[in-house]
Amino acid sequence: MNYISVSNNQTINISLIPVIDYNTFFELNTGFIINRPERHCVNYYGYYFNGKIKLICCIADDSTHEIFLSSSLVELSATLDAFTSKLLCFEKFEREIHENFGIKFSGHPWLKPLRYPFNRFDKSQTIANYPFYSIDSEELHEVGVGPIHAGVIEPGHFRFICNGEQILHLEIQLGYQHRGIEQLFIEKKNLIQRITLAESIAGDTVVGHSTAFSHIWESLCDYKVSREIEFTRTIALELERIAIHTGDLSAVCTDIAYQLGSSVFGRLRTPIINFMQEWCGNRLSKGLIRPGYNKFPFDQLLANRLKNILDTFEPDFSEMCKQLFKLPSALSRFERTGVVSNDDVKSIGTVGLSARMSNLKRDIRLSHPYSLYNELDHEPICKRHGDVYSRVQIRKLEVKQSIEHIRKLLENIPDHLDNELMNSPKLNSFSISLVEGLRGEICHCAITDQKGELLHYKIKDPSFHNWMALALSVRNNEISDFPICNKSFNLSYCGHDL
Amino acid sequence: MIDNLKILYHQGKQFIPDVTTVVVPGIFRGRPIISREKVEIETLMKLCPTKAITSNPVAIDLGKCTFCGECAMQFPEKIKFTTDYKISANDRQQLIIKEGDENRIEINPKTVRDDIHRIFGKSLKLRQISAGGDNSCEWELNASNNVQFDMSRFGIEFVASPRHADGIAITGPISENMAEAVQICYDAVPEPKIIVLIGTDAISGGIFAESSAINRSFLEKYHIDLYIPGNPAHPLTIINGLLDLTRKQ
Repeated sequence: MNYISVSNNQTINISLIPVIDYNTFFELNTGFIINRPERHCVNYYGYYFNGKIKLICCIADDSTHEIFLSSSLVELSATLDAFTSKLLCFEKFEREIHENFGIKFSGHPWLKPLRYPFNRFDKSQTIANYPFYSIDSEELHEVGVGPIHAGVIEPGHFRFICNGEQILHLEIQLGYQHRGIEQLFIEKKNLIQRITLAESIAGDTVVGHSTAFSHIWESLCDYKVSREIEFTRTIALELERIAIHTGDLSAVCTDIAYQLGSSVFGRLRTPIINFMQEWCGNRLSKGLIRPGYNKFPFDQLLANRLKNILDTFEPDFSEMCKQLFKLPSALSRFERTGVVSNDDVKSIGTVGLSARMSNLKRDIRLSHPYSLYNELDHEPICKRHGDVYSRVQIRKLEVKQSIEHIRKLLENIPDHLDNELMNSPKLNSFSISLVEGLRGEICHCAITDQKGELLHYKIKDPSFHNWMALALSVRNNEISDFPICNKSFNLSYCGHDL
Repeated sequence: MIDNLKILYHQGKQFIPDVTTVVVPGIFRGRPIISREKVEIETLMKLCPTKAITSNPVAIDLGKCTFCGECAMQFPEKIKFTTDYKISANDRQQLIIKEGDENRIEINPKTVRDDIHRIFGKSLKLRQISAGGDNSCEWELNASNNVQFDMSRFGIEFVASPRHADGIAITGPISENMAEAVQICYDAVPEPKIIVLIGTDAISGGIFAESSAINRSFLEKYHIDLYIPGNPAHPLTIINGLLDLTRKQ
């Protein structure tokens, strides 16, 4: 066999991942995906191994709930055939490998820097000199925005090529938020430091990333997690989704200058995050999720409180949504704006909401279930049009779905148990964890050495796949529609930059 | 029209009438109090992910603290986090809470620049810069201006252009890749101007303090007018900090 099949949150000995020559590796992994929309690449990365680079590719199959792992050992100075020449969804992964190790990929359409990490191969490349596409035309002009944007948001640079008011092309340059998180996972030796790092990957996906890290750590240490711990994680994941989706609906309303919607959705987010504070002392759930233990038991008192909050939240939320979606001035901004077709999302390999907006059913809660999602009969919400309207609708429907999931979970609250102590991580192991965050699939991969220490840690935020969808969505749209397209995706800068 | 009025009616009263005295609900980890109890100090210090706890005397640096509460949970007799959210200071040393210290953290009026009260006392416009932040402080800054906290009622707002601003508010540890943009933005703000650091990451680098990907040299060049701790800073901490700095007591 050229590959090994594992399931979500499984740890295997690293020697069990077959090491194959690059040509076979290329044929295998591109062959997995071509014409198979139920499969996509969840992670593809390299790390230094005995003076060479070991490439590890992880392909998930949503219908069989498997993840196919394969690897290849290549020379530092190698020139390799680009997966991207056949499949666009590898575009960012190969740029990352090129940027980190200097490996060249022939047939890659744009082998440009990705995030300018501090430990990049070619330090002469700096973020101020990104090689943007440019045009030589009397009629077209360029518009540069960022890294500092008008609002209180994260930094990134957008370069538009426009014909009058119409956007012909958008190129997105990121990397400003790079803090060296993956390297810090290796350098920081305490578990508490590492979970704090996981919480700081993306401040709006604290539960998502800290759950992924906790799952990977528990799997590495062969720790059996109690139902109670998984219960709190499931509740917290769904509350995080409700809070951020509601906040995003507010932001979308702000961008179409709809003050009522902006204020009402904005204030509706507050009771949800204030509940998180009542539960764990932090509005954005920092400090809640810990590997192998639960500091903040979820008791009947909290359950009653949450039920009350949701009971008052839901009618106000529904009322506001109903009003928003019958407002002609809102609909005219939402409908047929920022369209990404089903063919395009399949080709660029988007995940989460950015896939489901164009009827590509990708949802880890269903395809690679973890925590208590097996008990929830979760059915992903899909729309067909891939426009702003679809994205906003999905947010609305997912908020309601999350409320239903939470209500169902609250019917049966597990008792708080004292947790058993964790062992140390297994030696020479590889572990992978997938979690459906509010933007889509989060993937963490860890490798341990012969002493059980972390040798390599790899994080992939869903935004990594989805930024390209934003760039495509604005083509042929008015430049004034860019903010609403951007907000309807709400992608993470820090999750991408790491 | 009628539907809109109904919606307005259903919201009830949302704004917090007095953001300086309101009590935060549930658990809140604000200003800590450290007792004089004898504990195993080595174990206590090791618990802290950001080395915010030091010994002789036992102290917590709120500029480094991530407010995770691990220390208070394992040593409840030694450390207790109160719900006091007024933890901003204009002097970095004030953020270091020592054992036996039960006083509130207050802005030291002697070290506030003269022109701050006079010029920014009734109106303060800030340009926010996210420099390697994880978007949590950004969410809370936006929340500071929602209908509940409504910071703009005090004339404090975030503006789009540094040219319109009275100062900058930095979140995040300042990544190397943002260092130049921070400098350019600061230079574009007209004098007189202030610098506010919001969140643990901005004040000390937080969990990223030892990362090779950050560059904090900008902060060494200028006087910092206000430190607003938190991970992320709570909207009430942000609003009270800015008010205490700019208003005459």
